Amino acid sequence: MSANDSRIEGFRRLAHAAFAMLSGDEDLGLSFSAENQNYVRFNQGRVRQATHVDQQRVTLDFRQKGRRLVLGFDLTGSLPMDQAHLAALIGHARDECSALPQDPFVTPLENHGEGHEAHPGILPSVGSISNAVFNASQNVDLAGLYAGGTQIRATANAEGTFRSFSSESFFLDHSIYTVNADGENKAVKGLYAGNVYEEKALHAALSESCAKLPALNRNNKTLPRGSYRVFLAPQAVEALMGMLSWGAVSHGAYQRGECAFEGLARGDLQLSPLFSLKENFRLGLSPRFTATGTVAPEELLLIERGELRTLLIHERTAKEYGLTANGASGGEGLRSPEILCGDLDPSDALKRLGTGIYLGNLHYLNWSERKTARLTGMTRYACFWVEDGEIMAPIKDLRFDESLYRIFGSELEAITQNSLRLPETDTYQERSLGGSQVPGMLIRDFRFTL
Amino acid sequence: MSAPSLAVQTALAAFDPVSALNAVSQEADWLGLRFACETHHHRSARNGHMESNQILQTRGVMIEALVEGQIAYAATSDLSPQGLSKAARLASEMARATAEHRRSDLSVQQRPASVARHQGPSKIRLDQISLEDFTDHLIKATQRLKVSDAIVTAVAEATLVESETHYVTTSGTDLRQHHLLSYQNFGAIAAEGGETQQRSLNGPTARCLQSGLESFNWDELLDECERTGQEALALLGAENCPDETMDLILSPDQMLLQIHESIGHPLELDRILGDERNYAGWSFVKPEDFGTLQYGSSLMNIVFDPGLSGEFASYAFDDGGAPAEREHLIREGRLLRGLGGLESQSRSGIPGVANFRSSGWNRAPIDRMANINLEPGNTSFDDMLAQVERGVYMQSNRSWSIDDYRNKFQFGCEYAQLIEEGRLTRVLKNPNYRGITLPFWHSLKAVGSSETFKMYGTPYCGKGEPNQMIRVGHASPTCLFKNIEVFGGAR
Repeated sequence: MSANDSRIEGFRRLAHAAFAMLSGDEDLGLSFSAENQNYVRFNQGRVRQATHVDQQRVTLDFRQKGRRLVLGFDLTGSLPMDQAHLAALIGHARDECSALPQDPFVTPLENHGEGHEAHPGILPSVGSISNAVFNASQNVDLAGLYAGGTQIRATANAEGTFRSFSSESFFLDHSIYTVNADGENKAVKGLYAGNVYEEKALHAALSESCAKLPALNRNNKTLPRGSYRVFLAPQAVEALMGMLSWGAVSHGAYQRGECAFEGLARGDLQLSPLFSLKENFRLGLSPRFTATGTVAPEELLLIERGELRTLLIHERTAKEYGLTANGASGGEGLRSPEILCGDLDPSDALKRLGTGIYLGNLHYLNWSERKTARLTGMTRYACFWVEDGEIMAPIKDLRFDESLYRIFGSELEAITQNSLRLPETDTYQERSLGGSQVPGMLIRDFRFTL
Repeated sequence: MSAPSLAVQTALAAFDPVSALNAVSQEADWLGLRFACETHHHRSARNGHMESNQILQTRGVMIEALVEGQIAYAATSDLSPQGLSKAARLASEMARATAEHRRSDLSVQQRPASVARHQGPSKIRLDQISLEDFTDHLIKATQRLKVSDAIVTAVAEATLVESETHYVTTSGTDLRQHHLLSYQNFGAIAAEGGETQQRSLNGPTARCLQSGLESFNWDELLDECERTGQEALALLGAENCPDETMDLILSPDQMLLQIHESIGHPLELDRILGDERNYAGWSFVKPEDFGTLQYGSSLMNIVFDPGLSGEFASYAFDDGGAPAEREHLIREGRLLRGLGGLESQSRSGIPGVANFRSSGWNRAPIDRMANINLEPGNTSFDDMLAQVERGVYMQSNRSWSIDDYRNKFQFGCEYAQLIEEGRLTRVLKNPNYRGITLPFWHSLKAVGSSETFKMYGTPYCGKGEPNQMIRVGHASPTCLFKNIEVFGGAR
């Protein structure tokens, strides 16, 4: 039995023990999250900090007579100790439920069946990854993070659901810095990620990043604020798409008055007929099930040719507003999004751009006016001034303030024929699962403000 | 059975960090063990109903091992002797495996030996408040926010955090710190005739204090909720903030964000040293700027103050054991000191502060803000208004974005009022402003007196790889900035 399987089995035993403690009018769901990860942080190709994290966490979703309480704790790994703690928390939940008012939007837990999905991998040791990065970055200034190890998500409830997802994978998220002819720091961003680590592939990924440096070493082009034709590389599109999870595709947010795509949801506004967005769990980067065990469809079309097909609807939102849930998680954010490809040959992208700006990455996005889907952010990393299809110079970074109704709508000229798979690299509290499949985009008119 | 309080009883076994460390001390030249235990109680109501009741506990240790000039870390929630032994061995092995390619030489000099106990200033504990009463008040707050049918969403959220850390090292450190913290979010969204506006008490979750339940003065809070609901309604009928370069007065609940993004982050020494370049970014501040750079106008006095009672990120020692003391970062506009703990100070040679902090048991400490404050000046709010012929007074942060070197920023607020000939006149919606850090701080023309000085904070400062979300506090008076580019919403 693998280490992951053994942890999943430990969770199953704990769950069964918990379900045996319930009385007739009680129901319980448990979700499990675990990781055994190495994190190695690099600065100038050397190791700044190395951390091993071994953590297992259980969250209880306790229901009694229309009341609901969520309790979470870190497992010690000792079944008797964890079981005793869990029993104390169930006792506490009972006490609380006697004092809490009824929650009119609690939905019953259901049996969503059993299932297990595993993605095994081959990962490097901390010593070998630090050697490999050091050796591969001898002549460049590299900063970055290696994260590698096992991740588990599982859910069980007293109605019979038991589902798990486990993965062994890694990423080396990196930035390579240079100083250009004007004495300004410039950098390229790269990502080497997967389930099976190969040192040769790591060298190839870093070489690919380094190949962009000569263009960055040229003198800066300082552009005045204003409107420009723009090509958004997939990583820049991903940053924009990430904002959709801040309420833009959530039905609950729509009802609360917090939805950036309110006009789209009402049918008053459309995006470009070139733009289609779906949740696609076939990417295999995250589990289809949610914390309550609900299983999302393998694919869910959200926006088709510029028109909204559905927002994401969690079961609680469905109960409150009389709708049908569609497998969304509690936050009603995107978990495995894909923007569908278009007909632009990536090798023609600069030629089609003609004169304008190539944007490799964007930074620190935020809504500047949510109601109009207007957001602001900065250009970052490899961003170039292009003339007649030729890269001329790196730009000095610009601030933009622009609406998604224009970027994905009226100003969207073309989408590339192929897309990139970009695994999630967030590591707040624990390493995230998930990722996206994103193409590049050509935009007719994009507004920069500072 | 007595009525339940907000407190939670658990069956957690006691843990003694001192004996735990002694049992693994042979694993490296030097070891540290930081035990951290937090219980987060989150309660929220929306539109007259309870929406969420959550109690999340985190409990584990971070072991740090010093081997051959490198410190490596191993975190585990398995507090058994076997679990701790495994973590100590892993930390030691990782330090050894990465020592050859270490970024800098580390030693026990960066982990000073200290022995102390520290307890935060909270007065009313969770076990002194009835769950039912607290819940009722949250529901009432949403009812008071809903001053009209045009309020489509009324939210009342409270988070209480019980935090305990105990840091011990083989060189004699033994530090225990206990804090009780509270965050509040009370807000209304108004929608009518195709317009939607939000208003909250000082911005979403800006009301963050190191405090017990005494920060929930319900009579005051409920009155404030009603005022907030009325202000949300007023925004529905307001005109857009003009697009114009004009004078700008910022309230303390927006100054918190201005200080955080354009002073706090660029002064972090780990950013200046390049550690953060793959994530949050670098800094426009150079090592040679300390002691020489005129960061802003001479009215500007910025302090690192971990001891301001009740401020959100107060503590006595940082997570490397350094005693936390108040220091001027900027005095009369001149940059003096960076935000860096002993490791960064040793690496850079720049004077710093005790801000080597981690977000929890599973993360290694890095340079973080704690309480970064702008000291009060001597201008009353009325005198400040009187200095403005035409300008805008903005309150409560709504939007924030700044570049990776911390130069070009754009911030938005929830609520604004036009200032004409020294008087507040009309309410303005969608107020935003943009600028570049140093010119902006040089445009500081008046700093409010102590009557305008308020403490806020945020639990959501993100940074680091692996990522860490940490609590920071910012206190500031109201401030006047001259000739700032302000603008409104889409026409």
